[in-house]
Amino acid sequence: MRRIISVLMENAPGSLSRIVGVFSQRGYNVDSLCVAPTDDKSLSRLTIVTEADDKVIEQITKQVNKLIDVLKVTDLSDGHHVERELMLVKVATRSELIRAEIKRNVDIFRAQIVDVDANNYTIQVTGTSDKLDAFAHTLSQSTEIIEASRTGVCGLSRGEKALRP
Amino acid sequence: MEMMSGAAMVVRTLKDIGVKHVFGYPGGAVLDIYDALYAQKNVEHVLVRHEQAAAHMADGYARSTGKTGTVLVTSGPGATNTITGIATAFMDSIPMVVLSGQVPSKHIGEDAFQETDMVGCSRPIVKHSFLVKRAVDIPEAIAKAYYIANTGRPGPVVVDLPKDIVNVSEEHPYQFPEDVTMRSYNPTLKGHNKQIKKAVKTLLESKRPILYVGGGAITAEASDLVTELAEKLNAPVTSTLMGLGAFSSVHEQFVGMLGMHGRLEANKAMHNADCILALGARFDDRVTNNVDKFCPHANIIHVDIDPASISKIVGAHVPVVGSIDEVAKQLLKEMGKIDAKAQKEKVADWWEQITQWRSRKCLDYKKDNGLIKPQEVIESLYKHTNGDAYVSSDVGQHQMFAALYYPFAKPRRWINSGGLGTMGFGLPAAMGVQMAHPEAVSTVVTGDGSIQMNIQELATCMQYNLPIKIISLNNRALGMVRQWQDMIYKGRHSHSYMDSMPDFVKLAEAYGHIGIRVTKPEELDEAMARCFAAKDRLVFMDIEIDQNEHVYPMQIKFGAMDDMRLSKTERT
Repeated sequence: MRRIISVLMENAPGSLSRIVGVFSQRGYNVDSLCVAPTDDKSLSRLTIVTEADDKVIEQITKQVNKLIDVLKVTDLSDGHHVERELMLVKVATRSELIRAEIKRNVDIFRAQIVDVDANNYTIQVTGTSDKLDAFAHTLSQSTEIIEASRTGVCGLSRGEKALRP
Repeated sequence: MEMMSGAAMVVRTLKDIGVKHVFGYPGGAVLDIYDALYAQKNVEHVLVRHEQAAAHMADGYARSTGKTGTVLVTSGPGATNTITGIATAFMDSIPMVVLSGQVPSKHIGEDAFQETDMVGCSRPIVKHSFLVKRAVDIPEAIAKAYYIANTGRPGPVVVDLPKDIVNVSEEHPYQFPEDVTMRSYNPTLKGHNKQIKKAVKTLLESKRPILYVGGGAITAEASDLVTELAEKLNAPVTSTLMGLGAFSSVHEQFVGMLGMHGRLEANKAMHNADCILALGARFDDRVTNNVDKFCPHANIIHVDIDPASISKIVGAHVPVVGSIDEVAKQLLKEMGKIDAKAQKEKVADWWEQITQWRSRKCLDYKKDNGLIKPQEVIESLYKHTNGDAYVSSDVGQHQMFAALYYPFAKPRRWINSGGLGTMGFGLPAAMGVQMAHPEAVSTVVTGDGSIQMNIQELATCMQYNLPIKIISLNNRALGMVRQWQDMIYKGRHSHSYMDSMPDFVKLAEAYGHIGIRVTKPEELDEAMARCFAAKDRLVFMDIEIDQNEHVYPMQIKFGAMDDMRLSKTERT
């Protein structure tokens, strides 16, 4: 089952490698990983997407929680939550027809063209991972994707629930 | 504020923490720290002959005292040589701080001479680690390392110190940190009240209870409380290899060690129990045998300070996170006064059953006129030390014989590498024990394979006058490997024998010690007496034992806990 683990940890050297270590040492999978400092610069928030059953998720959250640098761990997919991912994708724009088709799809997916060059557009799109997959697929039907970069999922619980120190 | 160099800060911080002994070996990156050690008397440094042994010495020191052991080594090979020692401590939750030198900050990442990423190398086998980047941060990093190492579930902590920050020619203000607590690290000590109530209810409803005691009970210094709990419930008590001594092995309620080489009655009682109270034990694969067949009738109450240990291997019906001493107190309080007579009656049938299992006398063995049996060596050791020695052990058959045939009445007397199974652990561990307890009898039970993995430490023993008694069960083979080859590989002894055994008596003498060789059963008693009469000397007992003896009982692979071989020809 797809799970989204969210971690609040000290923004200290080595914290990230320890978390990644828990996954690699125990053979757990990392589908995506997204990390950055929070509004409080001394803390980092990290979101990991993984495929695991209940027993493995229990171990992952316990083992991550055990790390000295980690303050809180939660499984966002356990309850209602908002998740978003951002993708930047560069596509070839060889003809007027293709440029028009891309522009249409950008509007439909509520994406944005953030850079224009003689032969390509760079497009930014946010949403769930599924939406990003769908957008990439749609683009690939009308033109060639030159390169793409995704941030990985980040998310928050809905409502009152929050990860605070 | 006092001004001093980074190197002086390292030594001063150790003193302010109360560290008395440091086990180490100098080298380029730590020369400044060694210079700072030279001019002071607060911290005694013990010079080993190999850094692995420094880690094991610190480990033995820690296991026998409960205090954190300290290691000081240089960068590169000095640091990597401690890896096995750190992993050993990690697997057995032993508090240890390893101070490792590092190349100067500006050379980190340049593949400088004697550079290794020690923080990276050790990451999977430490509780935490620090790479200190400024001299002024040294006191806090070291103080935090000690705090982390010896609170919660203890473990090793590495502090990596680049050479430039310990430079003796630059001075910085020294301040010992008042407070080392961290917002991200708060071990739970007290059990949740609801869980305590549930645990007591389960225990009191049980007719076939058993206490399954592990190393966590020793860490928490909970022997008296565990004993009180066991006596109140009138329940049998079994112990893991790591827990031996937490509950007295000579107590009438003790049914022996459990697991792969556990006693029949212990494994039978576990398998048939209706309630298992696990106290600081982790359902290790050397205990459970086939997890799918593990203790099918039992409600499991699992008490552990590490939440990640609970339900990791076997699901707990009543999980309780907390330290064993606190939780035992809570359980006793919640139980209140219970009617001793009624409780005794409730478990009477259970004890009758256990008595029957005990009557099988699974530890009986046949003596031989010509060959010394390993079991009788341990029995003789027990006799000559009045059952009150510190017994460190290496890894293999001798380890199991010692665990089974030397009943430990007190905690912290049995020092062995249970989790990692590190050959070469015994001698340096016994040295750490002797440093911590100069007046006590510190013995090593070892074999001809294990002892050769850290034999160089005989020189350290000479330098520091450590009168250790080495009981080497010499079977000219790697006994446990050979036993498995006998059992599983049709007796094909692939590389489990040693064709060029040194003369251990001469070897001991070459290092300045006493060596005694024993080859006949009738000489054993007298030789043992001579060994322990030489109070101020290290004695190396090279005891030639029966090569074909196997350790029994032994669980049968893929079976339940109590599926066991009882001898070469009998099984349950």
